[in-house]
Amino acid sequence: MASGTQPSGGHPDVLVLGGGLIGLVTAWRATQRGLRVTVADPSPGGGAARVAAGMLAPVTELHYGEEALLALNAAAADAYPRFVAELEETTGTRVGYRTCGTLAAALDADDAAQLREVHALQRRCGLASEWLSGRECRRVEPMLAPSVRGGLRVDGDHQVDPRRLGAALVTACERAGVDLRRASARRLTVAGGRATGAVLADAQEVQAGQTVLATGSYSGSLAGVPAGALPPVRPVKGQVLRLRMPTGARVPFLRRSVRAVVRGSAVYLVPRADGELVVGATSEELGWDTTVTAGGVYELLRDAHELVPGVTELPLAETGAGLRPASPDNAPLLGPSALPGLLLATGHHRNGVLLTPVTGELLAETLTTGLLPERAAAFAPDRFAADRSGQGPTDAEAAPPERHDSSPYARPPAPEAYGTRPRPPAPATRPSREEEQP
Amino acid sequence: MSGSSYSSVTDLVPDTPDTTIGAVTGRTGPASAPASDPLVIGGTELTSRLIMGTGGAPSLDVLERALLASGTEMTTVAMRRLAPETPGSVLSVLRAHGIRVLPNTAGCYTAGEAVLTARLAREALGTDWVKLEVIADERTLLPDPVELLDAAQTLVDEGFTVLPYTNDDPVLARKLEDVGCAAVMPLGSPIGSGLGIRNPHNFELIAERARVPVILDAGAGTASDAALAMELGCAAVLLASAVTRAQRPELMAAGMRHAVTAGRLAYRAGRIPRRHFARASSPAEGTAEWGDPERPAVE
Repeated sequence: MASGTQPSGGHPDVLVLGGGLIGLVTAWRATQRGLRVTVADPSPGGGAARVAAGMLAPVTELHYGEEALLALNAAAADAYPRFVAELEETTGTRVGYRTCGTLAAALDADDAAQLREVHALQRRCGLASEWLSGRECRRVEPMLAPSVRGGLRVDGDHQVDPRRLGAALVTACERAGVDLRRASARRLTVAGGRATGAVLADAQEVQAGQTVLATGSYSGSLAGVPAGALPPVRPVKGQVLRLRMPTGARVPFLRRSVRAVVRGSAVYLVPRADGELVVGATSEELGWDTTVTAGGVYELLRDAHELVPGVTELPLAETGAGLRPASPDNAPLLGPSALPGLLLATGHHRNGVLLTPVTGELLAETLTTGLLPERAAAFAPDRFAADRSGQGPTDAEAAPPERHDSSPYARPPAPEAYGTRPRPPAPATRPSREEEQP
Repeated sequence: MSGSSYSSVTDLVPDTPDTTIGAVTGRTGPASAPASDPLVIGGTELTSRLIMGTGGAPSLDVLERALLASGTEMTTVAMRRLAPETPGSVLSVLRAHGIRVLPNTAGCYTAGEAVLTARLAREALGTDWVKLEVIADERTLLPDPVELLDAAQTLVDEGFTVLPYTNDDPVLARKLEDVGCAAVMPLGSPIGSGLGIRNPHNFELIAERARVPVILDAGAGTASDAALAMELGCAAVLLASAVTRAQRPELMAAGMRHAVTAGRLAYRAGRIPRRHFARASSPAEGTAEWGDPERPAVE
């Protein structure tokens, strides 16, 4: 059993379970801080990143009620250029970071009305986006369908190639001296109320002072983790297609990422510099199933065709399905779990690629100091621990939301924190299950 | 729309053989708390008259809080978009809160598909209740009446408790009832459109003669739509998008809960007839007369 560069001094300081983007970046950053790290994964650099499109889109991914997540996503997007520069310099490989911007298009009047609401929300959150008419949309992206009625131009939402990113992180880890064990974790080991490492699928036990659970959609089902520490993470299946755009053409097929909601389902087209066009993605709650279905491919192509009719002329190079690790509130679980010695870096859902740099920083800091940095307190795993079934809307929440463009923009989130805690343990002023009095 | 559009609701209350009203019929006044006015579907009593759907929620967490705020006791889940055994799924949320699962056949285009999906749901979830959806067209998501009736008949024969999503067509509603459906669920307007009840008169016609619960399914956009459905004689309201796609789903869920309760109470109370001219609310008889009748004031 090749054990790579396992330091002679015995156990590693940190065992990272899962060698996807999140596990690898955690290992790399922790090693840079002087920790000895082992990563357990049968094929490091794989995971959900093999399928993900790699949109770095804090603005166009903004949803109502996810303002805390927005702050983390925005910080992650800001961190990307420096992160990519360091990684590319360290490894000598390119990761396909492309500052191409994004266009969110509306295909009919209903879509346009909805997109205008999104636009208002973005502006309230202090985000830069510009409304374009249908004609203006086609001026910047001539391949768009004539039915496009308008759209939002977001010049700050970029992309990276997650496969290249994964490969680069493997190289960076190897060069930094991370021990890559090519086996999955079978069971967490616990002694004296503390995580002590894990038994791997090759039956070997790795002991470590701290263990990081970063196995994506499998994080919620590792044997040996006590129920109270098990992260509430479930798989959300996404089918994704890869097409080839003509190379060498004088005018590129698409310049920027293009996305839309077609009949209620989201579709996006992400053009890579090397000619790959990623079309995604379905969102299916079907457990760990990764079957590519006729219906999934049909619906993606149908919706993509409605948005960019020319896609049907392109070669279909690849189909695949991946599993997003989703938490109940769509935000990641970062830092110490309820079990001493076990840390979580999981639940990144749609934003794993985007959150890779910031997760690495936060976890490395937590591993060295023992505490999750205050600026990421909103993403501590214990937010799911309390039973909140008795909580109703608080008075503060009962105020109607601002809906008008004319209102002064909300201040952007405070720079020192990624987000406020989404649900402080507020007194339940109005129990929601109280019987109504007629 | 004529002025008499739904004033006839007043006349309905005392003499409608509405099985859903249960023990309390007619104008029983404020003593009848919601608990004494259960919704009865296929012999099962439910206290809440708001049935929720799960589609469109931005996250499981938001969905969970909205479901709790809605006070719902039954929630419909698309069988085709679900793996029942996955931990942490929407099903586990429903189970954790004791909310009854109503599997639906969303995404089916033929009677055959719908029947198959219902059977799979029965096997997977151990319930013979099914919200039957057979869609004719993906743009409008309107029901296919021919396939729907066909599937309903088959499923009733197989022992299912069938709750069909149907057009707001009184004739089709009657036929669905005739083949043995446990409720009829007409659409107010297309799924997810939020256009409310486009033909209130049809709802009245359906509710007037139905002997099974009539449930508004699809179209509610805001609380007044749900209240109107109940005032028109619906036994319950089923909705998803209006809550899950609202800017603040939890608040909208609470709003819908109150709206359904309010509309139901108003329906049972019996509204006043619409009048063209004012009618003073304080009595005019027996009031003190000002001035001396022997010496009427000049002018």
